[in-house]
Amino acid sequence: MQAGGAFQSQSQGQSQLQPHGTMQGYDPQLFFCEMLRPGQPQHPTLTLLMSRLAALPIESLRRRAQDAERDLLERGITFTVYSDATAIDRILPFDLIPRVITPAEWHQIETGVIQRVRALNMFLRDIYHERKILADKIVPAELVLKNAGYCQAMVGFNVPFNTYVHVCGTDIVRDETGAFRVLEDNARTPSGVAYVVENRHMSLRVMSDLMTSLRVRGVDEYGLRLHNAMAEIAPTGVDDPQVVVLSPGIFNSAYFEHVFLAREMGVPLVEGRDLTVEQGKVWMRTTSGLAQVHTIYRRIGDDFLDPDAFNPDSMLGVRGLIEAWRHGTVAIANAVGTGVADDKAIYAYMPRIIKYYLSEEPILQNVETRICAEPDALAYTLDHLHELVVKPVAESGGYGLLIGPHATKAELADFRALLRADPSNYISQPTLKLSVSPTLCADGVKPRHVDLRPFAVTGKDTWVLPGGLTRVALRPGSLVVNSSQGGGSKDTWVLA
Amino acid sequence: MIDVAPSHHKVHLIARHAEATIWLARYMERIENMARILDVTNTFARDADDTRNWLSIPRINGDLTEFYKKHTEATQRSVGEFYLLDQSNGTSVQSFIAAGRENARTLRALISTEMWLQINVFYARIRALTADTITPDHFTTVCAMLKDGAQAHTGITEGTLYRDQAWHFYMIGRYLERADQTTRLLDTRFHSLAPQSDAVDADLDAGQWNALLRAAAGYHAYRREHPNGYNAQEVACFMLVDTAFPRSVGLNLTQVGRHLTQLRRRYFLRMSPAMERLDQLSATLTEGNVSELAGRKLSPFLDYVQREIGSLHEDIVATFSH
Repeated sequence: MQAGGAFQSQSQGQSQLQPHGTMQGYDPQLFFCEMLRPGQPQHPTLTLLMSRLAALPIESLRRRAQDAERDLLERGITFTVYSDATAIDRILPFDLIPRVITPAEWHQIETGVIQRVRALNMFLRDIYHERKILADKIVPAELVLKNAGYCQAMVGFNVPFNTYVHVCGTDIVRDETGAFRVLEDNARTPSGVAYVVENRHMSLRVMSDLMTSLRVRGVDEYGLRLHNAMAEIAPTGVDDPQVVVLSPGIFNSAYFEHVFLAREMGVPLVEGRDLTVEQGKVWMRTTSGLAQVHTIYRRIGDDFLDPDAFNPDSMLGVRGLIEAWRHGTVAIANAVGTGVADDKAIYAYMPRIIKYYLSEEPILQNVETRICAEPDALAYTLDHLHELVVKPVAESGGYGLLIGPHATKAELADFRALLRADPSNYISQPTLKLSVSPTLCADGVKPRHVDLRPFAVTGKDTWVLPGGLTRVALRPGSLVVNSSQGGGSKDTWVLA
Repeated sequence: MIDVAPSHHKVHLIARHAEATIWLARYMERIENMARILDVTNTFARDADDTRNWLSIPRINGDLTEFYKKHTEATQRSVGEFYLLDQSNGTSVQSFIAAGRENARTLRALISTEMWLQINVFYARIRALTADTITPDHFTTVCAMLKDGAQAHTGITEGTLYRDQAWHFYMIGRYLERADQTTRLLDTRFHSLAPQSDAVDADLDAGQWNALLRAAAGYHAYRREHPNGYNAQEVACFMLVDTAFPRSVGLNLTQVGRHLTQLRRRYFLRMSPAMERLDQLSATLTEGNVSELAGRKLSPFLDYVQREIGSLHEDIVATFSH
């Protein structure tokens, strides 16, 4: 599936790439390397890229890395960490060696993501209407209906094109055989797309000689595509719909991305206090009075959207917004109540969900997942704790998880107690031998583990940005790529 | 100015952003003004009464009480610390750049990336100032750095900010601030120079007039226009009425008027209260009127102008605060 036919005949039988020059001594060991790609057909662009990279003196790489770091800080491509009186701007560390995806690999990722987004939307449509999948006992009803992300206000409510998840970020990893596997679906407000585009701009600034004449697919279309999708879902009969990006404000750590999205779409970046609901419609406060808003791309969570409908203490939201939405005068993306679909417990059922709605095999496999709420799975997990990754179902950002092989005996014992106390809060997966990518480290170019988050935009149809956010675990041996846990990012090149 | 027809697609400006735009301009302008006055005091006001000269700066800004809470004496060191380093002082360049940057952050989707980048870098540079960077041997260099940064901002804005509504509000902020700063500058000097004696003998205090005009970047132009020396009436008219002088109150208020007119014509914003107030204020800024007041009543008049500038800002903001 993933080895492209065209390249197979061209490169079969050739010897594997050998690290030399700056890459000398680079050894991915048993992990699948995104550049050397052992056992996969060679791609001429990768061969060329590797020889260009190997010819760059390490000092040159370091100088470029310093330039890039300063550039990110100066441009304010940062997330802000506030404490007491100080505001510290942190950058997401940028590794300047790109992660490359071949056309054949991209074809699998793109079709696989589109398939998954279709299934997610059909699942959401179903559980908020007929609940056939629950009646057919494909997914346990209580897992859905009692899920914290299940939103009563959505029951029976129709959304345009039955699209709930307008922007989806699918976290994908690669195992030691080079097979892609989905780690999780981010169907609420996935972030990181700004870095996809900014990382490309950074590559063009500091690594332009590496990119010369290579055919890498562009990423600049995102804002236009997103705006078109937001216009598609606007209430019918509106000629030139007013789209806005709704942000919690300048103190939010992802504020830079909100700025990016507003700028790329060419629409106002608003906060809850800029919006008001009157006569069943949503308006923004402008210099010339109230102006109607037709689509809200919101970057605040369900709970904070509308103090009338959800958290009454929310200062970030817009009173009456959900009521207006239900009257069809405004569109909200992503829809409310998508959290149930990206829950780690539901994730385990995704292959069955895909087959149920689409009668297709999943193009992208899940990681083998056990649901600890089930007695057999719990017993297995407890017995094999030292070799498993155990994740709390409700958390995100890499918090609260156990990586068995890296844990001490005491940590294992503590976690075993946690697991026994509340098994339904956990899922377990085998420890993945995540693929690695050459990364500039203190001691030279070294293999570091990476993942990939492509972004899919759906209005009427789904479009996947060719590329995605490649996150890299910068600490040696670390499997955790989250920015809050010492992760960085790379530019992601999808070859044309 | 030419009226450009608005494009077919209506581009709205969020009211909160319009206000942030005015404030962005005002804070960046304040940095330049503060650097100017500190630099000129340091360089040209080294006469017998050093304390009085340095004290004039807290006086301009209405900071005497705050200043004396933290310092016992007005010297280059104490005034320098208060205005260049003290983050808890709301009128220090530290506070100005922090507030300017917060407004720029709010406006980041609207202003040019070059504007944001320069403010961000300028912020880091100002934040890095420490006591040993403002010692006498560095003082002028620091002031020059601040002026350079503020002027780079002004230039980048001129060359990159798209000239729609937000730009008009930005320009209004800049011109209101310049007008305000000039009245303050004039006020302290007239306070210390003029009111004590009935015979305002400018020659006695040539150095002071000199410093005043240099702080406002008007010294050389004034020399050309008035080669015979200084007198209070002429200096007051130069700084309040002369529409060729970039920092005169008259010129800056004229510019505010132009941008208010553009906002009304191009964007149909209701600017009547502000424009009426501006007309009344401008009518008082005539050579005859200012010359007559320059003898003894200039200070109350300057207070009036400052209050009206503050009210103008409020009138403008009130048109879109619902």
